[in-house]
Amino acid sequence: MTSPSSLFDKVWQAHAVRELPDGQTQLFIGLHLIHEVTSPQAFAMLNEMGLPVRFPQQTFATVDHIIPTDSQVRPLADGLAEQMLVALEKNCRDNGITLFDPASGNQGVVHVIGPELGLTQPGMTVACGDSHTSTHGAFGAIAFGIGTSQVRDVLATQCLAMAKPKVRRIDVEGTLGGGVYAKDVILHIIRRLGVKGGVGHAYEYAGDVIEAMTMEERLTVCNMSIEGGARVGYINPDDTAVEYLRGREYAPKGEAFDRAADWWRSIASDAEASYDDRVTFAGSDISPTVTWGIHPGHALGVAENIPQLTAVPDDERPGYAEALEYMGLRQGEAVAGTKIDVAFIGSCTNGRISDLREAAKVAQKGHVAPGIRTFVVPGSQAVARQAEEEGLDEIFKAAGFDWREPGCSMCLAMNPDKLIGRELCASSSNRNFKGRQGSPTGRTMLMSPAMVAAAAIRGEVTDVREVL
Amino acid sequence: MADIVNRIEGRGCVVRGSDIDTDRIIPARFLRCVTFDGLGEHAFEDDREQAKGDHALDKEQYAGANVLIVGENFGCGSSREHAPQSLMRAGFDVFVGESFAEIFAGNCTALGLPCVTLAGDDLATLMDSVELDPEQTVAVDLESRTVTSRAGTMEANVRDGTRKALLEGTWNATAVLVEAGETIEATAARLPYVNGFAN
Repeated sequence: MTSPSSLFDKVWQAHAVRELPDGQTQLFIGLHLIHEVTSPQAFAMLNEMGLPVRFPQQTFATVDHIIPTDSQVRPLADGLAEQMLVALEKNCRDNGITLFDPASGNQGVVHVIGPELGLTQPGMTVACGDSHTSTHGAFGAIAFGIGTSQVRDVLATQCLAMAKPKVRRIDVEGTLGGGVYAKDVILHIIRRLGVKGGVGHAYEYAGDVIEAMTMEERLTVCNMSIEGGARVGYINPDDTAVEYLRGREYAPKGEAFDRAADWWRSIASDAEASYDDRVTFAGSDISPTVTWGIHPGHALGVAENIPQLTAVPDDERPGYAEALEYMGLRQGEAVAGTKIDVAFIGSCTNGRISDLREAAKVAQKGHVAPGIRTFVVPGSQAVARQAEEEGLDEIFKAAGFDWREPGCSMCLAMNPDKLIGRELCASSSNRNFKGRQGSPTGRTMLMSPAMVAAAAIRGEVTDVREVL
Repeated sequence: MADIVNRIEGRGCVVRGSDIDTDRIIPARFLRCVTFDGLGEHAFEDDREQAKGDHALDKEQYAGANVLIVGENFGCGSSREHAPQSLMRAGFDVFVGESFAEIFAGNCTALGLPCVTLAGDDLATLMDSVELDPEQTVAVDLESRTVTSRAGTMEANVRDGTRKALLEGTWNATAVLVEAGETIEATAARLPYVNGFAN
């Protein structure tokens, strides 16, 4: 009888190839996802070392960061973007890697398509040259964001050299109120534990609220683990995860699916597993949450006021002052009512079908306020098809929203979708860093997709509960 | 084998502030490239533009510095290796701070660039000292885990595995991981999903 273990320990142990001389673990990576931004240099390094791709069948590619959302006709209007896409196509072709490009019908944001194609499964290790790889932990996978040299490591060996982190269990108990979404849960957790609170930790999310969530909601929570400093975030696989995977293109079929489901359930944390740390939140304490500053920990309930600098701990005061100045907001002011210029609905955090449905419910209560630019960007071609089948695109268009093609878009503005000057954007994405949305002086307030839709129709940050 | 990295010395450059993210270190528009060449000149571009010449990287007294001295949670956010690549190409060989974001620190190790941390008080003393006297030499020594400057010799922390990899010249992980040979395939064969739960 083995002692009770967490999912993290079980998955880590199953994938450990050996202990390295420097004390780290050589960890086998079951699923490697690549995209056009962080992979070309890795392939170049691989070629320089004269090494082949060791497990090309465990690697899948898509194009998301640089893809335009108005016209995806080739060649892309941005010559640099076209060059990156050509490089990705060549690297995939030369190495026998499956590429989900726009012509495939399966293109989309890498963290949206992995789950929807059934590539991401419980008990796997997943790596991708993107910090939001933590998203895939929603299935009970251990998923790491990595840099380009590590992409090279995985291409060459299907392994990473990793130091084992600690595991913090985060329970969210009770229930959520109306108008409170998964996005609010994770913003609340980051607000309380801080943007560096998770450094050196994997986060295991659990409790009534998490267990009641759909897979898409769980993906939103795990997605932003890295914004709390945790490189890994995961949720134990249960019936919700198993049923989500049934029938997906890359999920096992028939009897193999039943064997898979048994293994997936067996990998969940044991009831008596011990953790390095435990934190509990009450779902009833979480309200619709927005950020007011320049990192995701600068978050508030929408009914709250921006903090007075005197109320902030000494060591955080310079950061708060810098954030207030950059955002052009005043201490002590209500965050609701802040005028916005742009509304962005999309990203690997909140670009899935349920996100669009919730935003559309709000959109149909009104019309985009005068002068507000809007972007509704489905997370994938599959999400776009589903939304169009349900008529969500027509709801958005009728309400004055701009319906776009799939990609990362204005989450990080590597494509032509950008803020202009000091525009302030209500955004369903994951980062409100200075300059994040493409203008060096642009401003971002993070919130749920429904809250973004509410802000778009009112022209200002609005408590979505007033609109629903 | 990669180069052995032990003692790095040179002049310091102080960039104050906590939670400086990788979007600030290298804005996303400069990631539209298929090589890392040329990223050095864009390090901190938007911060520098907004500081109008008053950013540390533009100050004459720090010209030629190779030791970047930073605050807490430096390099948070995006996993882009372009961030340490741009700082390396801007001339920095080592980072001294209060704390570093995990992916950033890992990316630095993969390039042979140490990230070492100091206690908050020591870091504040070092920052003040280097600002007052930017001509002095700051020496980071991994073997003895110290940072030495005119402010004295301070005890520095660096993760054991990272320190060992740098000191032994094994920080190019690919070369080390390849050595596992067929053990990699053997591990894969034990994972039921790798063959699609065929049995």
